[in-house]
Order: sequence, then structure tokens, then C-alpha cells
Amino acid sequence: MARAAVLGRLTWRVVTVGAVVQESERAVTLTLESEERITHRPGQHVDVRLTAEDGYQAERSYSIASAPDDPSVSLTVERIPDGEVSPWLTTVAEPGDQFEVRGPVGGYFVWDDSDPAPVLLVAGGSGVVPLMSMIRHRRRRDLHTRMRLLYSARGEPDLLYRTELDELAGDGFDAVYTLTREAPPEWEGYRRRIDAPMLAEVRPAERGKGTVFVCGPTPFVEATANSLVLLGHEPARVKTERFGPSGGGS
Amino acid sequence: MSSARGVVTRGFRGKRAGAEHSRIPPGQYLVSDFPVLSAGPTPYLRPDGWDFRLVGTDGGQLARWGWTDFRALPHETVTCDIHCVTKWSKLDMRWEGVSLDVLLEGVLPEAAYAVAFSEGDYTTNLPVADITDGQAWIATGYDGHDLEPEHGGPARLLVPHLYFWKSAKWIRGLRFVERDEPGFWERLGYNNYGDPWREQRYWGD
Repeated sequence: MARAAVLGRLTWRVVTVGAVVQESERAVTLTLESEERITHRPGQHVDVRLTAEDGYQAERSYSIASAPDDPSVSLTVERIPDGEVSPWLTTVAEPGDQFEVRGPVGGYFVWDDSDPAPVLLVAGGSGVVPLMSMIRHRRRRDLHTRMRLLYSARGEPDLLYRTELDELAGDGFDAVYTLTREAPPEWEGYRRRIDAPMLAEVRPAERGKGTVFVCGPTPFVEATANSLVLLGHEPARVKTERFGPSGGGS
Repeated sequence: MSSARGVVTRGFRGKRAGAEHSRIPPGQYLVSDFPVLSAGPTPYLRPDGWDFRLVGTDGGQLARWGWTDFRALPHETVTCDIHCVTKWSKLDMRWEGVSLDVLLEGVLPEAAYAVAFSEGDYTTNLPVADITDGQAWIATGYDGHDLEPEHGGPARLLVPHLYFWKSAKWIRGLRFVERDEPGFWERLGYNNYGDPWREQRYWGD
């Protein structure tokens, strides 16, 4: 096809692990260095391919956590206990290790920064990763689009990027948290699963006018997206990405 | 595996669950559950408000079935392997549905391509040669029960030999076209044809 020829094939590229940062008990951020810059749009993911010595290969997809303008691409990966690729990425990978990536992939779950509409980001667990790319992009480009993150996690230690999110708050961005299993006594955020009343409280005042990005485990995304539609959000403006137990990276 | 051998990753061995299996295409891994992947909220369609339409190359309607008429058509049980572009493969999935051969009998127009259209704006394009001769169904049941909304119920297209995004959920009809028209994912970077055995995931594959 002519179009494919113009855009070119997404080839596998060798990347070298730069920094390794433990984000939580189960999640690790890997910064990837590559000869040719990987340019992405906030919300996209890459395919990762690991090759064993005997040639055996395994592929999975992981969301990009960094902003497009960051000096290198980073992935935040949560370890799936019986997974195949995530245990290597989260417990074995060290600076200097090499593997392959292909992408970026996914042209729909992407924030178009030229759209002035307010943005609501709703994250369940490690579903915050592609949303973090959007939040970081907004700050890097000094954009003033109103953006709010509603972030659900089991307990406080499971909240990724907490310090950075607190630093980024202000100037039209804020983060609202809810803990579903365990909350410290002094916790001031919500203490329950995301539901329609909570979404009605946190969404932008222009009821249903903004864009919503929802990312998390399948049941979380189903429940959240259903509530948003019930609250009057146009389905076409609710973009979703579902994963787990085996739908996404493992 | 058909993929070129890549750089060896230190300390990686892999689980190899099913990977040597001759029924798992390159880059895929075996799952036992049934993952859900959709670009937006799940639409909840009432069967009595659902219909299935065939639309000709001139935009004219070739045929239409309401839910009751559709359910009265002969249904088949189809057992097949499914491969999703997000890399999961699931074997021996048991579906119930109406063969497109039944629906197209006597009305199939002279056209090389079809565009499947769904509730909402979702579309996907397929060569007519890939949806005829026992290769495609409109599925209304899975594993002995009605197809659930998050899996595309009340009815979805089923084209097992192509990546699963071609099996459009919440299908409402097929429109025949003389010239190929890339659909929703096909315009957003995914392969126009989507053969899992040739690992045709993205543009240019």
C-alpha cells in the first residue's frame, strides 16, 4: 500500500537499559536508550521483545510513561506474578542490558494537545502509566489545558509517581486519590472503589464536555466507563484502555 | 518463530507456555481467560432494537434482519482459535452464530471488499474473499450462553483466521465497496489485512 510505504515499517530496534527506578513493590521504571530516537504521542505504547540464548522470543506491550519531549523513553512495568516478560523487566533488568522494542503503537488512546477541552484521567493501578505521559507532556510544553487525575489504588504504597504528581499539582492540574483496600488513619482522599457519585464530584464542571481517558484492569474500566456514560458523557469522548490478568502486559 | 533472531537478552529464559505449540502464531502467547479490549465504553444494546443490514455498493439496502428474524436463521457451532493483535491467543473457543454464507446467499453483490460497521463509529474492512466460503459468522453466543456485551453482544462478527479486531463487536451490518476502505484501527496504524501467521500487526508488516 502506498500509505504504508510512506509511513514505513515499524522495525524492531535494540534498546539499552539506562536507569532502573523502583516505583513500588511491584513496579519498576526503565529508561531506554536507543540509537534512533523513539518519538511518541502521549498515551501510546511499545511492543517489547525479549530473546533467550537459544533464540526463544516473547513479546508484550507496555505503555510509555515519559513525555514525548523527555530525553529518553521510559516504561513503567508492573510485575505480574506468573508473567513471562514483566518478571525479567522488573527483577532482572540492569543498566546496560539490551532488548528490542517496536513502536510506538496505538493511535487512539492519545491526548491531542491542540484540543482545549478539559481532560479527566481515570487510572486504576498501573493504568496510570500512559496517563502520566499526558500529565508530563502538559507540563513540559507548558500547556494550560485543565487536567485532573482520579487515581485508584489498593493502598498508599501502590500509588506510583506520588511525589511527582504532588509537585505537578497547580496551574490547572490536580490529582485526586482513592484507596480501595487500606488507607492510613490520616488519609484525606477517598476510601472506596470509583463509582458514579465520585466521578460526578471530580469531573470538570462542564458536565460531559471534556475528554476522558480511562486505563486500568478490565473490570475497573468497564465500571468506570459505564458510570461516565450514565452521567451523560458522550461515549466517543471516553477513551479506554483495558488490561490484565492476561489482556495486557504479563 | 518467523521473527528474525534479535539481540540476546541477558538472563531471559521465558516461560515457553504454549510457545512451541504449532497453533500459536509468532509473537503470541496462550491465555486461558477471555480478555476484553475495546476503544471506548461498552454499549448495552437491547436485542429488540438491534438489526443487521447488508448494504450494496450504491448505498442501497440488500437485506435486513431484526433480532427475531435473525435468531430464526440456521445457527452453527464454530470451534476455533482466536489471535488478538495485543498478543494473546486462545484455543478452541466455542461460538454459536450464523454463517455469512447464509446471510449473503442470493444477495452478494459484485464487490471485492466489505466494511463491517458497528454500533458507534467502529468499522473494519475485509476482502469479500475472506468472509465467504465458511470463513466468517455473525456470532450471538459464546461457550453455551448469549454473547456478553463486553465481548460484543448481542452480536459480533467472527473471522477467526484474521487478528481479532477484524471480528467487529456490536456489529450492525456489512457495506460492500468496490475499492478497499481502511476502517477504525486500520487508519490508526494497524495492518490493513491482519494475518496472524504472517504477524501483520501494523502498517507495513
